[in-house]
Amino acid sequence: MRLSYPPEIKVIQVPCTGRVDIIHLLNALENGADGVYVAGCLEGECHYRTGNLKARKRVAYVQKVLAEIGMEPDRVAMFNLSSAQGKRFAEIADEITARIVALGPSPVNKRSKTHATV
Amino acid sequence: MIVADRKSLEEILAMVQEKHKILIVGCRGCVTVCNVGGEKEVEILEASINLARKTSDQPIEIETVTIERQCDNEYVAQLKEGINTYDAVVSLACGVGPQFLSEAYPDQLFFPGVNTTFFGGAVSHGVWEERCQGCGTCIIHHFDGLCPVARCAKSLLHGPCGGSSDGLCEVSKETLCIWDMIVKKKMEQGRLNDLLTVMEAKDWRSARDGGPRRSIREELIP
Repeated sequence: MRLSYPPEIKVIQVPCTGRVDIIHLLNALENGADGVYVAGCLEGECHYRTGNLKARKRVAYVQKVLAEIGMEPDRVAMFNLSSAQGKRFAEIADEITARIVALGPSPVNKRSKTHATV
Repeated sequence: MIVADRKSLEEILAMVQEKHKILIVGCRGCVTVCNVGGEKEVEILEASINLARKTSDQPIEIETVTIERQCDNEYVAQLKEGINTYDAVVSLACGVGPQFLSEAYPDQLFFPGVNTTFFGGAVSHGVWEERCQGCGTCIIHHFDGLCPVARCAKSLLHGPCGGSSDGLCEVSKETLCIWDMIVKKKMEQGRLNDLLTVMEAKDWRSARDGGPRRSIREELIP
C-alpha cells in the first residue's frame, strides 16, 4: 500500500493522544500552523483506556477558545482511526487539508505577512 | 480549598486591551489544585491571549510566573524585581492574590483572571462542590458532618423545608437537599432523636455579618 497524503502535513508522534494537551494545540496555532488535528485510536480501543477521549475533550476546549477569539474552530479537529487503517489516514489528511485550504491561511500568518510587506 | 473559575477570555482580553506588555501570575495553592490558576493554566492563558492579539494584529508581550502562594507576602515579595516594567498584571489566584499583590506593589495595575466561587472540594475529576461557607462557628458535629449552613440554600438549622422533594432542593434539580441527607443519615444511625434538640439562633457575627474578619495567633507573632 503506497498511499500519498498532502505534503503540507507535519506529523508529530506521541505515545498516545492522551499526551496531547491544550497547550500543544494552542502553541501550534500561535506559531503559525493553519490548522491542527489529532489522530487518535478508535474510541473504546485506547491502549491506556481513555487517552483518546481526553484528547477529544481538549480539542473541544481549543475549539471553544478559537470561537471566543474569532478564529474558525474548524481549524482544530479530532479524528479516530486504528493504526491498521492506512487508507483512512490518507483520506483524513486529504479531508483536513481541503478544509484548511477552504478556510485560508491562519489570521496569525495573514497579519505577519501584512507586516512583512509594510 | 478555595475553588475558582477562569474568567472568560473575552473579559480578560478586554482588561488588557490597551496593554502592550503584561505579566500573568499563577499561584501554586488552591487554584493549582482546582486547575484554574496553576502553571499549566497560566501557559494556556498566555497562549490564548497571544493568539487573540496576533489575529487582531495587536501583538502583545507576555511574561509568566507562578509563585508558591499569592496569599503570603513572603512569596509575593519574589515578584519585586521588574514588577513595574509591565503595563498590567493578571493574577490567576483567588481574590486574595490580586489584593495582596496590589498592597505590595501599589504602583502596578492588577487584574483578576478568575472568579473565586466557594470553599469546597473535588467530588470527582473535574467536578467541585461547595462544602463550607466560612461562617466562623462550625456546628457540623450536630449534623453528622454535613453542613446545613453551606449546603442548604436557606442555611436552615432545622430542616428540611417544604422545598425538599425526592432528595433534591427546589433551587435546582442538580442541588441535593442536605437536610434530606442529614435526616437519612440520622435514621440509618438510629439517632434521629438528635434532631429534636432545638438549635439556638446562630450568631452570624462570626460570619461576614460582623464585617471583614481577622485571625490573630499570638504564639506565632514574633
